[in-house]
Amino acid sequence: MPQLLPTDVFFFLTLFGLFGLLVYSLGQTHLRRPWQKVFQSTQAMVSLVILIPYLLVAVADSIRLEGVLVPQAGEGPVASSEPLSLLDLGLQRLRLSVEKTYSAPLQVELHAREMVRLPDGREIWSTPRLRYGGSHLIDPFKERTSDLFRRAIKGFFKGALVWLMLTVPLLAMVVWWTGDKRRVLLDIALGRSRFPWRAVLLAGLFLAMVVGVLAEWAAVYHVLGTDKVGADVLYQSLKSIRTGILIGTLTTVATLPLSLLLGILAGYFRGWVDDVIQYVYTTLNAIPGVLLIAAAMLVMQASMARHEAAFQSLALRADVRLLALCLILGLTSWTGLCRLLRAETLKLRNLEYVQAAKVLGVSQPRILLRHILPNVFHLVLIAVALDFSSLVLAEAVLSYVNIGVDPSTESWGNMINTARLEMAREPVVWWSLASAFCFMLGLVLPANLLADVLRDAFDPRRVS
Amino acid sequence: MSAYLLRRLLTTVPLLIGINLLTFVLFFVINSPEDMARMHLGQKHVTQEGIAKWTHERGYDLPLFYNGKAEGLEVLTKTIFVEKSLGLFLFRFGHSDAGRDIGADIRQRMGPSLAIAVPSLIVGLLMDISLALLLVFFRLTYLEVWGAALCIMLMSISTLFYIIGGQFLVGKCLQWVPISGYDSGLEAIRFIVLPVLIGTLAGVGSGVRWYRTLFLEEIEQDYVRTARAKGLSEAKVLTVHVLKNAMIPILTGVVVVLPLLFTGSLLTESFFAIPGLGSYTIDAINQQDFAIVRAMVFLGSFLYILGLLLTDISYMLVDPRVRLQD
Repeated sequence: MPQLLPTDVFFFLTLFGLFGLLVYSLGQTHLRRPWQKVFQSTQAMVSLVILIPYLLVAVADSIRLEGVLVPQAGEGPVASSEPLSLLDLGLQRLRLSVEKTYSAPLQVELHAREMVRLPDGREIWSTPRLRYGGSHLIDPFKERTSDLFRRAIKGFFKGALVWLMLTVPLLAMVVWWTGDKRRVLLDIALGRSRFPWRAVLLAGLFLAMVVGVLAEWAAVYHVLGTDKVGADVLYQSLKSIRTGILIGTLTTVATLPLSLLLGILAGYFRGWVDDVIQYVYTTLNAIPGVLLIAAAMLVMQASMARHEAAFQSLALRADVRLLALCLILGLTSWTGLCRLLRAETLKLRNLEYVQAAKVLGVSQPRILLRHILPNVFHLVLIAVALDFSSLVLAEAVLSYVNIGVDPSTESWGNMINTARLEMAREPVVWWSLASAFCFMLGLVLPANLLADVLRDAFDPRRVS
Repeated sequence: MSAYLLRRLLTTVPLLIGINLLTFVLFFVINSPEDMARMHLGQKHVTQEGIAKWTHERGYDLPLFYNGKAEGLEVLTKTIFVEKSLGLFLFRFGHSDAGRDIGADIRQRMGPSLAIAVPSLIVGLLMDISLALLLVFFRLTYLEVWGAALCIMLMSISTLFYIIGGQFLVGKCLQWVPISGYDSGLEAIRFIVLPVLIGTLAGVGSGVRWYRTLFLEEIEQDYVRTARAKGLSEAKVLTVHVLKNAMIPILTGVVVVLPLLFTGSLLTESFFAIPGLGSYTIDAINQQDFAIVRAMVFLGSFLYILGLLLTDISYMLVDPRVRLQD
C-alpha cells in the first residue's frame, strides 16, 4: 500500500508545477534564445547531469510503501511497522546493517578500542571486528586492500557498462535524427557539437563509474563509516538528499504565489495598493531573517506542542515540522523577488504594447496574465535558481540553531550538528562531517553553477 | 536637506509600529502565554496552578488590550500590549523569562559583539575588494575564469564547515590560538584573530563576486575609456578611477550593515563562545526564552532601519549628483 506524508504530496505537486513552468517557458518565443544559450552551455549541462541523480534519489525517497516485508535476523521476513520509501527498499542492506558504534570508512573493525573477551576466556584491549562491514573476509589484514581493489575495478566496469547501455541508444538517436553520421560523431568526439554532448557524456561516465565503485563497496563495507549508534553514514547522507531538495523546492512554492501576486499588483495598479504592499514587504524585510525565522519556529513549536494529540506518529510530526519550516522560510523570503517584480512591472506597464492592449479594451486580468506575466518570467526563474542553493545551505545553519528540521529527520544540518562534537573526540571521528560536506557540495555547487548560467542567459541587462 | 531628512525619519515610524505589531501578534496572539508556560514547564506533569504561577511571575497573565479589572487609565496601561510591546519603543526590554534584565544584558554584550564584527567587516571588505580588483585586472584570462569558478566553489560551502574546519585546523592541530573563549582588554586579540579570519574566508566567495560585477559595470563607462586614452596604466585606471566611482554602491552595501554590527553574528559567536549579542540570541532560542527573542527581533529591525537611514545620508554626502530635494 502506498502512503503519502504531507511533504510528499507537496513535493510532487511542486515538481509538476516547476516542470509545467519549464515546458511552458520552452514554448515561449521570446525565451527561446536564452534557453538555447543554457542548453549550449557546458557548465549548465554538466551541472544538470549531476543534479538529476540527486533529484531521482529525492523522488525515490518520497514514494512510500506501507507494510513492506523486511528480512529479520534469525527469523523470517516481518512486515515493517513504518512506511518505507523506495530508497529504503533499495538500500535495505545499508539500512539494516547496524554496527555497535563508530567505525571508520571501509574499515572492518570498530574505531575505538574496548575490552574483548576471547573464546578462551581471556580479556584483551582491542578493536573488535564489525558485525557487517567486511564480514566476508577471513583475514582482513591481508585481504582487505586486494578485496577493495578488486571490487573497485568491478564497480568501475559495471558503471561503464551501464553508461554504455544508455549512451549507445542515445547517440544512435542523435545520429539518426541529424543524418550525416560521420560528421556528427566526429563533432561530438571533438567537442564541436552545439549541444555539449562530449562533456555531458564524459560527466555521465565519470558519475556512473563513481556510483559503480561505491555500490560495489557498499555491498559489503560501510563506505563512509558508521556513526555513534552504528548506523551507516552513506545511508544517512543519501536520506538527507530528500530533506535538502525539499527545502530548496518547497520553499519556492510558498514564495512564488505571494511575490508574483503582490509584486505584479503593486507595480501595475500603483496608488494605495502599491503603498500597502510596499509597506508590508519593507516591514518584513526590516526584521533580520534568522530572527524572524527563529521567532516563527518557536511559535510554531509551541502550537505543535498544544496539538500534540493530532500527530499519530513521530514521523508525521517531523514531517509537519519540515513542511512548516519550508512555509516559514518562504514567508520570510518572498520580499526580494516581490520588489524586483514590482520594479519590472512598473517599467512594463508604460510600454507601448501594454498601453495598446489597454486602449483596445483588453480586460485587466487578461493584461496581467497575457502581457505582464510572461515578461517577468525570467526574473522568477533566476530567483528560483539562485534561492535553491542558499536554502539548502540555510537548512544546515538553522538546524544548528535548533530551529531547523526535527532532530529525528535525516538532514545534513543534523549530521553536521552531531559531527561537531565528534571532532573533539580522540581519535577524531571525521567521516560524518566529511560526507555531509561532500554530499552538500555535490548538490550546491552544480546548483550554483547552473544558476550562474541561467542568470547570464536570462538577465537582459547582461547582454554580452 | 533637513526637510528630506525629516521626511525620511517620519517614514520609519509606521515601519517601527508595524514591526512592533507583528512581534506582538506572533508572540501573544497566535501563541498564547499559556503555550509558552506549557512549553517551559515541560509537556507532562503540568498543572493549571503551575501555569498560572509562571505567567503571573512574568506578567503574562494580563489581558491583551483591555483590562476590565483595573481602574482609571490603568484599564489601558495594565495590559500585555502596553507593558510588553510599547515599552520596546523606549528600549525598555523588561525581564527575560528567566528573570534577568534584558536591557543590562544587551548593554554588556554589545562590546564583545563589536570587537568581532568590526574587524571582520574591515578585513573582509579589504580582502573582497582587492581580490575583485585583481580579477577584473586579469579579465578575459584563465586567471579570471578559474578565479570566478573558485568563488562559486567557496560560496557553495556552508559557513559551518569553515568554522568547524578552521577551529580544527588552527585551534586544535596547529594550536596557534585558543579554539574558543573571550577575554577583556588587549588579551581579547588572541581570541578575535580566528573568528575574523574564518568570517573573512567564509564571505570571500560571494563578496568577490559581488564587487566584481560592480567593477565590471563601471569598466564599460566612458570615463574609463577616456582615462585609458590619456595614457594611464590599467592598474591606475582600476585603483583610482574605477574604484572611486564604484564607491557609491560599495558604500550603500556597507553603511546599511553598520548598525547591525551591534547584534553580532549568531554562528561565529556561538561557535567561539564569545559573550556577545549573537550568542545571547542563540542561547535564548535554545532555551525558548520568548522575551529575549522578542527584544532582539525589535532591536535588530530598529538597527536595520537605522542603517537604511544612514545609507540615505551617506548618499547625500558622497554623491553630489543625487538630488534629494525632489
